[in-house]
Amino acid sequence: MNMFPELGEVIRVLTLADYNTRVVMLGALLLGLASGVIGCFTLLRKRALVGDAASHATLPGIALAFIFMTLGGGDGKSLPGLLLGASVAGVAGMGTILAIRHATRLKEDAALGIVLSVYFGLGMALLGVIQKMKLGHAAGLESFIYGKTASMLAADAWLIAGMATVILLATLFLFKELAILCFDQEFAGSQGYPVRMLDAALMGLIVLTVVTGLQAVGLILIIALLIIPPAAARFWTDNLRVMLVLSALMGALSGVLGAAISALIPRMPAGAIIVVVAGVFFCVSMIFGKARGLLRRWLHMNRLRWKTAGQHVIRTLYEWEEQRGTAMPLADLQVSRSWSRGFLKRVLRRVQRDGWIRPMTDGVLRLTEDGKRRAAEIVRNHRLWEEYLIQYAEVAPHHVDRNADQIEHVLGEALVAHLEELHVGRMAGHVVPPSPHPIDLPAQGGAGRRRRAEDG
Amino acid sequence: MDWTMLDTWIVIVGVLCAVSCALLGNYLVLRKLSMMGDAISHAVLPGLALAFLYTGSRGSWVMFAGAALVGVMTALCTQGLTRYGRVDEGASMGVVFTILFALGLIIIVRGADAVDLDPNCVLYGAIELTPLYTVEWGGLVVPRAALMLGVMLLVNSLFIGLCYKELLITSFDEKLAGTMGYRPDLLHYILMTLVAVTAVAAFESVGSILVIAMLIVPGATAFLCTRSLKAMLWVSVVVAVISAVGGHLAAITVPRLWGYPDTTTAGSMAVVSGLCFTLAFFFAPNEGLISRARYRARTALRVLSEDMLGYLYRVHELKGEPAPLVSNEDLERHLFIGRVMRRKAVMRLSREGLVRQVNGGVQTTEDGLKAGRALIRSHRLWEIYLHDFAKLPLTHVHDTAERLEHVTSTEMRDRLIRKTGSPRLDPQGKDIPEK
Repeated sequence: MNMFPELGEVIRVLTLADYNTRVVMLGALLLGLASGVIGCFTLLRKRALVGDAASHATLPGIALAFIFMTLGGGDGKSLPGLLLGASVAGVAGMGTILAIRHATRLKEDAALGIVLSVYFGLGMALLGVIQKMKLGHAAGLESFIYGKTASMLAADAWLIAGMATVILLATLFLFKELAILCFDQEFAGSQGYPVRMLDAALMGLIVLTVVTGLQAVGLILIIALLIIPPAAARFWTDNLRVMLVLSALMGALSGVLGAAISALIPRMPAGAIIVVVAGVFFCVSMIFGKARGLLRRWLHMNRLRWKTAGQHVIRTLYEWEEQRGTAMPLADLQVSRSWSRGFLKRVLRRVQRDGWIRPMTDGVLRLTEDGKRRAAEIVRNHRLWEEYLIQYAEVAPHHVDRNADQIEHVLGEALVAHLEELHVGRMAGHVVPPSPHPIDLPAQGGAGRRRRAEDG
Repeated sequence: MDWTMLDTWIVIVGVLCAVSCALLGNYLVLRKLSMMGDAISHAVLPGLALAFLYTGSRGSWVMFAGAALVGVMTALCTQGLTRYGRVDEGASMGVVFTILFALGLIIIVRGADAVDLDPNCVLYGAIELTPLYTVEWGGLVVPRAALMLGVMLLVNSLFIGLCYKELLITSFDEKLAGTMGYRPDLLHYILMTLVAVTAVAAFESVGSILVIAMLIVPGATAFLCTRSLKAMLWVSVVVAVISAVGGHLAAITVPRLWGYPDTTTAGSMAVVSGLCFTLAFFFAPNEGLISRARYRARTALRVLSEDMLGYLYRVHELKGEPAPLVSNEDLERHLFIGRVMRRKAVMRLSREGLVRQVNGGVQTTEDGLKAGRALIRSHRLWEIYLHDFAKLPLTHVHDTAERLEHVTSTEMRDRLIRKTGSPRLDPQGKDIPEK
């Protein structure tokens, strides 16, 4: 079995030469687009799994519709009838969720779980009856659960197109209302928005998406498309509009790419591939996302860590010179900061690159003029904050050092100016005020024993 | 209905599954992790598929281990996404389980030559067939599922019994538990592992939908019925047993009403548990919809009766007669009520001997006058307090006092008297009646 398709095949699929592929790709694209948009709102409402509950809740409706239509002498698998049944059951499920949420102490997750399992159980019991009925063939019904993405018909694609239009129009017209509902429900209520109606409308749109998507692509795929693209888009932005566009894009792209892969490689279930493609988008976004991605946060933390460490070094050097009148030997610095040798070396390299210390001579570290100025600022910030803690927060002088250690790096100019005004007395005649407490420096010569300096 | 040994075993397996799931489910409901069962039972598909590819047989321990491993992984991934990716809990569950399920489907389809594994079986299970797969155990022939689920039930009960205190405190106040030196994280992982293992042990035989239902519905039902964790555990067990037994009975009887032999047992068990929840939703003591409505109605009637006594006292005060006759129309007009409510209130008061019904109206008794006096006393004391201390304008004190008078205990009234300095007149210059 040749797993990889030939080039001609790839071109044929990607140029949509094949009618069937065209239908499937279009359907997947529109479905990804619509569910990506509507999924954003449920995600922000912390209700991502509502699609899960809605799609499971449709099963009894489908089964009942089948039973009634068959008993009525019609075609049990007439699509409009099944869709109607699914919608009615879906809406009933959403209504039950709202009722449980409003009338009991139970939380959202329990309401979703109850509706999901009980409705689906009812659907299974009804399907069990259908199997025993020997009324026509019920065989097609499970496509509602697993989907038949690859054999999507033009009619399905049109249905999805209609649904996507409704979703996009609704989002356009209700954008402000839905946004406010997602971010601050109480505020929306106090502003006179009909919160419950909007909530019901959002759930109605979810049911619409789910019902249309179910028979085209199956239960799991539609749940995935409602959750994964919005969650991925969230990593990139804090702006709802941008998030909607990104999520729609990722949903649509997952649909197209997944359908293409499935068409090119034999025995690749389209629905599952689409989910996996969306999953790849999610992982990439989680790592590289601009707003909340792991990499960005990691870089930020890292930068902060190096900056803090560098500032600690030059402050220690400054204080040593201030107290002892000589430059600080490296060995003493190592004692005063409980850092590993390697980490200290890297910090020193950075500090030197920034031009704050001179290249080391005979194991002694000297600040440059720039470094002295910078260190003076930091020491001043540190001591001003200590003063503030002692005078206004009434913290004992021996306890302020640690707290000031953390604050000194983030004090802004305006705040420093304000602190200087507060402590005019201490500042008098100094650029750097004297320390309000004895400074903790290692004994001269790097003896390894820590000793409190005598002078204040 | 012909009950056979088969039915007995089905019910036993159902009960074992339902109870072992329900026990853990209580904690899932309390920790707002109800959807975890759903996530795990979908997510284990790749574990099952890979283990099947590896061993080539269903029902081996490898398969069980594979599924359980993926189940635990699902819980870990979900928590990782929530903690490090800052994705909302529900969304991270959704992301993890849909992707894993999709991977499982792909593995099954790709390896279709080797894998004879129907995703249908995983989702639906076939509790009806469990009695057919038996093992010998101590000379007894028991269904494999019964043995596995029995072990699970034992493990889960032991866990809850041994870690009852730890689970209690971590479920209700994780931060406090942390400061007290417990390990909320460790407990969370043990719980998740047990959920995963139980889910796998159960849905291989009974189908995942029953597992999901039993992990949530009994716990949620019990949550509505009581506010004590111990009682909740017991109620959930009862609900689970009722669902399992009732579910099977329903499956083999209900469809006969329409002339069909039977239906899926797992589905009906879920439905019966849903019915239990519906009952609790309406009738649970304190929390049920009906109970709350009844409580509100009772309170409304009590307030109305008290207002009626107060009105009768005011009429007595105005006319100076010891027990003036007040016509029914007057009562209705002054208390803004209809005939039905008036009758109910008068009935209640006359049953307590506080008023007498005379033709076309009512009269207070000695006791009724006393009760009315106490109420008016509270009312006017409140008016003074609200005016003098809370600085409410005179025009506003009446309405507030009207509400407060119904919830003023004797002790509170004594404090009011002390605070206001035992006044004789209320802000409008009316007498404050003596005790």
